[in-house]
Amino acid sequence: MTEEIIIAGFGGQGVLSMGKILAYAGIMQDKEVSWLPSYGPEMRGGTSNVTVILSDERICSPYLNQFDTAIILNQQSMDKFESAVKPGGLLIYDPNGITHHPTRKDINIYQVAAADKASELGISKLFNMIVLGGFLKVKPLVTPEMLHKGLEKSLPERHHHLIPKNEEAVEIGKGLLTPYHTL
Amino acid sequence: MAKQLVLMKGNQAIAEAAIRCGCDGYFGYPITPQSEVLEHLMAERPYLTTGMVVLQAESELASINMVYAGAAAGKRVMTSSSSPGFSLMQEGLSYIAGAELPALCVNVVRGGPGLGTIQPSQSDYFQTTKGGGHGDYRLITLAPASVQEMYDFVELGFDLAFKYRNPVAILSDGVIGQVMEKVMVDDYKPRWTNEYIEENCPWAATGHRSTGKHRIVTSLELEALKQEAINDRIQAKYRKCEEEDARYEAIQCDDAEYVFVAYGSAARICMKSVELARAEGIKVGLIRPITLWPFPTKAVKEIGGRMKKILSVEMNAGQMIEDVKLAVDCKVPVEHYGRYGGVIPTPVEILDALKKMVK
Repeated sequence: MTEEIIIAGFGGQGVLSMGKILAYAGIMQDKEVSWLPSYGPEMRGGTSNVTVILSDERICSPYLNQFDTAIILNQQSMDKFESAVKPGGLLIYDPNGITHHPTRKDINIYQVAAADKASELGISKLFNMIVLGGFLKVKPLVTPEMLHKGLEKSLPERHHHLIPKNEEAVEIGKGLLTPYHTL
Repeated sequence: MAKQLVLMKGNQAIAEAAIRCGCDGYFGYPITPQSEVLEHLMAERPYLTTGMVVLQAESELASINMVYAGAAAGKRVMTSSSSPGFSLMQEGLSYIAGAELPALCVNVVRGGPGLGTIQPSQSDYFQTTKGGGHGDYRLITLAPASVQEMYDFVELGFDLAFKYRNPVAILSDGVIGQVMEKVMVDDYKPRWTNEYIEENCPWAATGHRSTGKHRIVTSLELEALKQEAINDRIQAKYRKCEEEDARYEAIQCDDAEYVFVAYGSAARICMKSVELARAEGIKVGLIRPITLWPFPTKAVKEIGGRMKKILSVEMNAGQMIEDVKLAVDCKVPVEHYGRYGGVIPTPVEILDALKKMVK
């Protein structure tokens, strides 16, 4: 099993930490992992993305241009990464702020309206966990127990009391997942 | 306590390895994309535990000269920087090599020339392996291709530096510096005691304490014949190093008709290209030099000599390719594929370059 994922959005949306939690959860399941952030002009404002690879084998390139899954959180990232999903692959996106919806017919596409839900519930900081829930609903790569351990590892101890809220947000995300185009 | 599995960035692994292998001092100045080295050291505060000194100097010049001084006293000292900062250290490295002192310097390369860009590159190959400073000296150069190797090569770097009394460079880049992977870290090793240094480093300037025995560390010798003798001694070390410490990894070369030669992050990308090419029936392998100086000439000659063609893949305009050509004595066609200025070639792009070469 090798899953090559790109998560892309605005700086501040929690793109990098979502990837980090996945990576930690992967380690807990004895997987090989790679987490490569964009650190260029992006981190100085604008778009942000991270490539996460989970695998049962030694990971070759941490840098990729084709992905099994793209998790897209803004229009710029949609423009850049829709075409980078492998045929038969998966694209998950938050329709908030998306003006040009994806048009590919050879991949599975789902929406997670995480931004609206997060602001409705007043949990905007948990936006990324709602998105992650949507992804894990389609591809349960990591078990809830491992996700819990992943959260423990990636969050500093002073934030550990927030772990249950993060887990609730993941569950909300699973419920929000809506098919947009499936094969 | 046994080994421990952690997830960290390549830059953090450099810092963590330094603390755990008993490094005495780090002197550096921040620059992207390697600032996490100093950040991690400052967060871990090893000066409270192992006693390792961590100091943010006022410049790269100050950093490398602090390293020079620490090394002269027999201490295991290091610095890290990225390309423009590493250029500023070249004078100091030449002096350290001339004074025959052990030291470790890490260069997490970014695109140049000049201030260039903050994105990954391998454009400092010439500078590092052919001597960025003046004089006939070499930097023993290690090229990590994973976060685990970033970790492992710190202790290995110190071992080689002390074996040859010569500066060692870890030549990394923004990809390996920034990527997070699994790392197996060792238990903390104690720093060397003064008694140990006294016993094992008879050249170290540890203070004569009224014994009357002076130890002088210098790179200056005005008498030409004496300076030639010093050079002879240094060159003899380099020949020994070429004989004993050239390292490489060969991946899927046994049945290969073509081979990539690539190091560091370019090698990782080529591993993926090997996978893609073999799925299409092209028999390609990969030689990954682990030491760039000494270059694994024998291995490239032996393995590369069997191939129809060789593709040297680098994130630069073609630098290592010269060593590849020399290794095979130009008897096998060698071509170059590279991107530069901070652009990272994709696995598919390298596959396309291979197909073009195979045609």
